[in-house]
Amino acid sequence: MDQRAPAPYKRRDPSLPKGRQVSDGDVAEMAALLGDMPRRRDLLIEALHVVQDTHGHITATQIAALAELFRLSQVEVYEVASFYDHFDVVKEGEAPPPPVTIRVATGVTEQIFGAFDLIAELRARTDPAQVRVIESPCMGQCDAAPAARIGNRIIRNATVEAVLQATVQDNSTPDLPDYENLAAYRAAGGYAVMGRVLRGEITPDDVIETMSDAGLRGLGGAGFPAGRKWGFVRGYDGPRLMTINGDEGEPGTFKDRWWLEHHPHRMLEGAQIAANVVGCERIYIYMRDEYPQIIDILRREIAAVEAAGLAPVPFELRRGAGAYICGEESAMIESIEGKRGLPRHRPPYIAQVGLFGRPTLNHNVETLLWVPEIVDKGADWFAGQGWDENHKGLRSFSVSGRVKEPGVKIAPAGIPLNRLIEDYCGGMAEGHRLKAFLPGGASGGIFPAHMADRAMDFGTWEAEGGFIGSHAVVILSDQDSVRDAVLNTMRFFRHESCGQCTPCRAGTDKIVRLMEDGSAEAALYNDLMQVMRDASICGLGQAASNCVKHLMKHFPEEFGPEEGAP
Amino acid sequence: MSLDMSPIVTFTLDGTEVQARPGETIWDVAQRLGTHIPHLCHKDVPDLRSDGNCRACVVEIEGERVLAASCIRVPSEGMVVKTDGERVEKSRKMVFELLASDMPARDVSPDPDSHFWGQADLVGLCETRYPSDRPGAKADIPVDSIFHDASHPSIAVNFDACIACGLCVRACRDVQVNDVLGMAERGSHTVPVFDVSDPMGLSTCVGCGECVQACPTGALMEKTLLDATATQRAVYAEEVKPSVCPFCGVGCQTEVSVVGNDIVKVDGRAGPANRQKLCVKGRFGMDYVMSPERLTVPLIRREDAPKDPTARLSAADIPDLFREATWDEALEFAANGLTRVRDAMGGQAVAGFGSAKGTNEEAYLFQKYIRQGFGTNNVDHCTRLCHASSVAALMEGVGSGAVSAPFTAAEDADCIMLIGCRPEQNHPVAATYFKQAAKRGAKLMVFDPRKQGLMRHASHPVIFQPGRDVPMLNAMIHTIIEEGLYDEQYVQAHTDGFEALREKVRDFTPEAMAEICGVEADYLRDLARTFATAERAIIFWGMGVSQHVHGTDNARCLIALSLITGQIGRPGTGLHPLRGQNNVQGASDAGLIPMVYPDYKSVEDADVRGRYEDAWGRSLDPARGLTVVEIMNAVAEGDIRAMYVQGENPAMSDPDQHHARKALASLDHLVVQDIFFTETAWFADVILPASAQPEKPGTYTNSNRQVQVAMPVRVPPGQARQDWRLIEALAQRSGLDWAYTDIGEVFTEMASFMPSFDNITWDRLMREGAVTYPAKSPDAPGEDVIFTNGFPTPTGRARLVPTDLVPPDEMPDAEYPLVLTTGRLLEHWHTGAMTRRATHLNAQEDEAVVAMHPKDIGRMGFERGQKVCVETRRGAVTLTLRADRDVTAGMLFMPFCFEEAAANVLTNPALDPFGKIPEFKFCAARIRAAADEAAE
Repeated sequence: MDQRAPAPYKRRDPSLPKGRQVSDGDVAEMAALLGDMPRRRDLLIEALHVVQDTHGHITATQIAALAELFRLSQVEVYEVASFYDHFDVVKEGEAPPPPVTIRVATGVTEQIFGAFDLIAELRARTDPAQVRVIESPCMGQCDAAPAARIGNRIIRNATVEAVLQATVQDNSTPDLPDYENLAAYRAAGGYAVMGRVLRGEITPDDVIETMSDAGLRGLGGAGFPAGRKWGFVRGYDGPRLMTINGDEGEPGTFKDRWWLEHHPHRMLEGAQIAANVVGCERIYIYMRDEYPQIIDILRREIAAVEAAGLAPVPFELRRGAGAYICGEESAMIESIEGKRGLPRHRPPYIAQVGLFGRPTLNHNVETLLWVPEIVDKGADWFAGQGWDENHKGLRSFSVSGRVKEPGVKIAPAGIPLNRLIEDYCGGMAEGHRLKAFLPGGASGGIFPAHMADRAMDFGTWEAEGGFIGSHAVVILSDQDSVRDAVLNTMRFFRHESCGQCTPCRAGTDKIVRLMEDGSAEAALYNDLMQVMRDASICGLGQAASNCVKHLMKHFPEEFGPEEGAP
Repeated sequence: MSLDMSPIVTFTLDGTEVQARPGETIWDVAQRLGTHIPHLCHKDVPDLRSDGNCRACVVEIEGERVLAASCIRVPSEGMVVKTDGERVEKSRKMVFELLASDMPARDVSPDPDSHFWGQADLVGLCETRYPSDRPGAKADIPVDSIFHDASHPSIAVNFDACIACGLCVRACRDVQVNDVLGMAERGSHTVPVFDVSDPMGLSTCVGCGECVQACPTGALMEKTLLDATATQRAVYAEEVKPSVCPFCGVGCQTEVSVVGNDIVKVDGRAGPANRQKLCVKGRFGMDYVMSPERLTVPLIRREDAPKDPTARLSAADIPDLFREATWDEALEFAANGLTRVRDAMGGQAVAGFGSAKGTNEEAYLFQKYIRQGFGTNNVDHCTRLCHASSVAALMEGVGSGAVSAPFTAAEDADCIMLIGCRPEQNHPVAATYFKQAAKRGAKLMVFDPRKQGLMRHASHPVIFQPGRDVPMLNAMIHTIIEEGLYDEQYVQAHTDGFEALREKVRDFTPEAMAEICGVEADYLRDLARTFATAERAIIFWGMGVSQHVHGTDNARCLIALSLITGQIGRPGTGLHPLRGQNNVQGASDAGLIPMVYPDYKSVEDADVRGRYEDAWGRSLDPARGLTVVEIMNAVAEGDIRAMYVQGENPAMSDPDQHHARKALASLDHLVVQDIFFTETAWFADVILPASAQPEKPGTYTNSNRQVQVAMPVRVPPGQARQDWRLIEALAQRSGLDWAYTDIGEVFTEMASFMPSFDNITWDRLMREGAVTYPAKSPDAPGEDVIFTNGFPTPTGRARLVPTDLVPPDEMPDAEYPLVLTTGRLLEHWHTGAMTRRATHLNAQEDEAVVAMHPKDIGRMGFERGQKVCVETRRGAVTLTLRADRDVTAGMLFMPFCFEEAAANVLTNPALDPFGKIPEFKFCAARIRAAADEAAE
């Protein structure tokens, strides 16, 4: 007989039940901190923000206390907290993060403007016990790269001195831009269109038809015709919900920030019109945590419109927590539900089974903000502003990189890049010659200068294995390394992959490693790119390797000694 | 629209037109038609949701830009699907290559035989070309890898072999709803974690091992299969045999892996009760059968060895007290001792305790031996200590002591009421169905004087004053009647006694009862309304209801609740006392009860008795026999002088242990048939080494009325023999002409006395493995839900029995100000005879504890972990103080499995007048620092 006694193990403390225990006091303290916030699962991320904002980190005990209050298990709280960059979980015996956190954006644009030098110098000149410097993904400030953030203060065109000076300031309140407030917006005729729709002067069918005729497309990047989407969602049985995707995370994109920093009510009115037409009962705005100033503006202005009786459909503002993948609509929905931001499988599409399992209309910020003006001025007004008859409407290009005047450029859809640069951006930066450009952020691919005469719109770049996406245009010059830019995008995707599916989780990691190792073995890359493109669950993995493919095809001299075949 | 409602879909699979049944995925259809698509994160198990994340099973769908995961994709009409071809094969192979490139090489991976490597062979993986910096990747496993965690006694974690497929998380969360495992971090750092990334052994993990069973790579694995470093597989099963779990009344079917005569691994099998699930006891608790303490030789007490009721013994003391004997000698000695008392004093001076842990056949033979051999009905078993009061109330109310619906009926219920039970500890697999139902949105009402884990899932957690069930339940009944929420038609058609009930509860308003039971009046009304207005409501209860002096009244209230609302006899409704022992239902059905023959036929019924007298060829005792506690009292008074105890442990399980042990020590002759030197065996005159459950053939009836067959998976150690053969041998030596050829013959004889087993033959059981009784025909499945049209009472109607408010027998007072309640721990079974010797289970709970709320601990100036002395009017024990927020203020909780600090030294032997069950759940107690602590 052979009794198989346990091999060495850790004896647990018999004076306690299993696992981490909290005291009544721990729970009471957490309850007091959360105040009257409902203990609903979908508010878990909001609750984690409260703890992180208050204490600068979240202890394991606080995780357990939150779990008890939200009637979740500890791991259900922890797995969410650990998914998002902006939460620092500190376990028993671990040191909490230093009092000051500097986040420096390290996207492609920031990289070419010296973000890594800035980081190195900041680290050299600060005490790691007092200050930590974090390499952060793009923070939507590429028109003023490099950029840094401390607390709720954003430092554009950041210098070492400016950042160091900010470390000793109070950074709890964001700097608010001078924006068009409710009074100003109404004075200019704002909310009149909404009133006409609500009063039935314009029927829902009319609005949908107008959107379709105007050629308004989803400007978060997918370009899906807005009118058609409204029709679909309206076709499913209610109750229906609406979400607004303000998780503008595609590197190089900052147009939504710009619009909301200047004209927040355009989006709010557009949202009310859309919700009314489609019959949505609640509007959830998911705003990326990198934009504290926008969150502040929206809080104020939502309160204002509610007070003014201009929000027949209630708004609910939710804060992201540092995860690019939550810009993917189904991942965003998971995040609004208080979960890890894992994209869902399709079918079913969110139009049918979306937020809380309900039919959901989801729009990007920019898509909605055009709505009131289009309804007001008519479909032709919008459609007619395209570059030519094949390209309808206006676009907000986020242009950064080696141009004289980077920024948000409201330009005709389909404008060729070289005209965008020349007519809207003051031309290339002094001493720089166009070498390559990314038409749609990190995922839209990277193309050589000779393709700069093509239309900047949906439908152009797909044939080349790219896309215009959110119209985030990053301009590289003869002084920049395309390879470095491509490696930057791959490191970004590795960092931002949700980790759910094998091709993306492992593929992004392997491409980074191959490039870092200097490998130029095309077959290794091609096999990776194929499985990522063919078998990833969502667009992140499917598109993550676009830039690598273009590096191999258009910039073989930078890919490596061995000639790469696409 | 649910998938099951969707129609048959026709689509093209690899060029052939095929049909998908409702709910089938592409993977399912392909598999059914003989095309195996590789899979990793998908496991072909009903409860385990497919997730589609690993992408090993991708297929090409015409018109779609990217490949689709076949395990989650439901085909649509006209879809054209390709499961092969260069494109899908490339992706599949790359998936395996990517995963393998981050894992240890096959020959050094935790389990080279794992599902992963088998599937890798199928896709033709031969090399891994990609760099990795994961510790252990493509190399020897460093034992101190950040991914290695051997903190748990039974499960080794080697996440260097983890492919982040999430099966473990779904097993923990969706299947078991234990919610301990989660997926943390993101991207290439994604990793399963326990709690807040804690060592498994120090987490809230309950060790059910569902994650191990689900893991496709060996990243989570039974330590019993691994080498000393717990990183690499060392043990491979020689044979895998079907069996049934020996622990609780859930009746999980198991699959036991053996090497030689050793059980090395247990998996869940797809039984009707467990659907492949197991709990920590079933999976990791089986090594008790291989304990070196097993009895292997017949033993006869040395003539000079005293029986000291105060002694504490261990297996090491056996040679001093007993001598080894031959079987012939021991059996002769055992039988003679019993017959000598019979012949001198009459059969009433003999009594037998059979076991709810044995087979139906053993139970049948045992009661037959006592009744036929000694002409007495003094035969009982531990049902007396658990559900006797429930059975009394059920027999009186609905004419049957069995459950009206299985616990899986929770799946169909809108409202589930749990009272006086802690299924997460005591019926963990049944608890999974309750938790799953709550997750799907069913109302879950959990009534308990202590807090418990299930309350996290409950829509209605109810913490009430201990021992105050009747006022609470009567207030609910009052509300239902007062507000007209009862089912008038049902009451009229199927019940008697409604007016008396209405009259009785008239004064039991929620307002009047609130103070007594400690639940606010409004909440009582809400509970009543929620239950009454549910489309389908079901009640489950446990010892917290039955083990009181008002246990029968408690159950009467539950029966009334169910009857007046018509929440019985339909899917998702009913009454279900959760059975404790694996075969307490079966042993009771088989007549191991002093009042009844098999199938609950009264011994006082002359017709019934006549039938047995004819069959057994002698006159039988016309009066009901004594119950467990009554037998011990009769022993103490000298009326009973000889006992035969098979597989029971009254020296531990009976209340007021000093009294019970003194009685046992005073017997002239005590035969103990067991697998261990139990506390009862300390007082034996002869000990017969017997068979453990995995060693014997026979049937067991679980809480759901499912009769299940188990055949031996190993042989008993040494000279130990089959229990049923030992009963037979004693019968033969007591003058009975028994001669059974095999266990099937015993079953057939037993079934011939049991109409409830009509249409359930031995052959059918051998064929089907499990059959629910009653079954309408030899090929019809048994009826899960009974009382669909009336009740098996003489009138066909159920009886409503009003109840009065009876307080617990011993209320706290100035001298003994605390309420002591007793119960079980997840890892320990009953008196601990098995589980304290199951090394893996004992490793989790190896110290006797008394639990108290941390605030009470602080208030009384104690510190958790210190030794304390708990005292009642019956005795005192010293043990370790545990701080547990589940215990409410003013209460103490003690598990009764620890021989070194036995709870039953303290408990009150006061009995329920109907069920004769002692009040284990309530007595007055006090606590003080133990002497050595106080001295410090």
